[in-house]
Amino acid sequence: MASDNSWQPSASLKVINKRASLLKQIRAFMDTREIIEVDTPILSHFGISDPYIQSMTTSITAESDAKLYLQTSPEFCMKRLLAAGSGSIYQIAHVFRNEELGKRHNIEFSMLEWYRTDFDYFQLMAEVGELLIDIGLEIPDKITYADAFEQTIKIDPHTVATSELQTLCKQHGWEGASDDRHALLDFLFSETVIKNLNQSKPLFIYDYPECMSALATLKRNEPIVSERFELFIAGMEIANGFNELIDADEQVHRFEKELVTRRNKGLTEPPIDKEFVAALRSGLPECSGVAVGIDRLLMVLSEKDDINEVSTFTLGSN
Amino acid sequence: MATYSTNEFKSGLKIMIENDPCSIIENEFVKPGKGQAFNRVKMRNLKTGRVLEKTYKSGESVEGADVIDLDLQYLYNDGEMWHFMNKDSYEQCEADANAVSDAKQWIKGEEMCLVTLWNDVPLSVAAPNFVVLEVTDTDPGLKGDTAQGGSKPATLETGAIVKVPLFVENGDLLKIDTRTGEYVSRAKE
Repeated sequence: MASDNSWQPSASLKVINKRASLLKQIRAFMDTREIIEVDTPILSHFGISDPYIQSMTTSITAESDAKLYLQTSPEFCMKRLLAAGSGSIYQIAHVFRNEELGKRHNIEFSMLEWYRTDFDYFQLMAEVGELLIDIGLEIPDKITYADAFEQTIKIDPHTVATSELQTLCKQHGWEGASDDRHALLDFLFSETVIKNLNQSKPLFIYDYPECMSALATLKRNEPIVSERFELFIAGMEIANGFNELIDADEQVHRFEKELVTRRNKGLTEPPIDKEFVAALRSGLPECSGVAVGIDRLLMVLSEKDDINEVSTFTLGSN
Repeated sequence: MATYSTNEFKSGLKIMIENDPCSIIENEFVKPGKGQAFNRVKMRNLKTGRVLEKTYKSGESVEGADVIDLDLQYLYNDGEMWHFMNKDSYEQCEADANAVSDAKQWIKGEEMCLVTLWNDVPLSVAAPNFVVLEVTDTDPGLKGDTAQGGSKPATLETGAIVKVPLFVENGDLLKIDTRTGEYVSRAKE
């Protein structure tokens, strides 16, 4: 039986008001720091090659074969602006990621993304902490990805043998554990590490393994780590940021590698964003950027454990 | 039998795990922003009743289990098996002691029971939520205790023993909540 209340918002009016004040606080925060708000298109001819993120597509007319991709993040357009000399910028945008549905995931969600020219990722982490204070949360603690593993399951994620990772994953309930190192580490991180770290305060995890570098620069130490951080609050991933890779050749190389991974997994192979690559070639200033899930932040602020309770409306079931 | 991909997982879906039929209780989607997606699944083994948790990489497939729930009428127990009938098709099936382990102490015949069938064989039987049964043996209540609360054991016609108020006597009909095994009230026929 279709409920007569199905037209109603899925968030309470109280939460809807809270979203309004959160957005106001974010804009005030950015204004004070003279970070400029920008508004870039959702649709693009180019998709994302990340094997773990699936784009949604549409087309201009029903007959057209030309696919358009809905943004999975406003990153590429914003970096084109940075390359054009915009200086520090931010955007609050709706983004779309296919196949992601659950208590903490919605196919369409709201993202705050900002870029700071001449900031490294430590300075940006500090600024994320300042934003948290402004909205009534605490300054986060910090721990490296390696220390997080060391403290909880006593392994070094950078050097541990893949076979040992497989054994650990099986022990923790993933029977079909593959030999994909990235997936094995993701599993252990989500299932045990993050659950056993002290999170009385928000927590930054930083310096990720090289295989999780995405669009981040690498620190050529031993072991090689990507200059990337994530923010967790009560076990929930809230933000992801990094020192942005500005080396166009290295970026193209990573995209191509990702496309090979996608092909091997039987996934679609979206065309590489050549405008973005051209912008990199013309020169992206040294910068750091971070993406914050607005809906999840709202979940924390309004003490809800289901993203549907903070989304104004949800797609629901047909 | 069909296979189900993790994106079809939802509570109530019946799947095969290590050769046993299981029913999904909870399906949680877990995914780092830039990483592998998993489905963390909590399920009940329908044979043992035990709850277990397993994790699948999103996109993996699992074999479905041919499990259905039917309202069947309890007919009789032949000493070894409990016989049930589908009132629409008159088809009969028999359940073993294991399948009726919880229900058998509450049913005497003609009740409609919820029978869970796996490959057409009863896996478990749930008695009706409320049954009316006659007391066959209980100690006489002590005078003056009727208003005091207090309880005593009483044996019912099916052999079940329940705690009853002191005023209950042999031959009384009692309404019992089979989910808790508790006395509810005295009942008229």
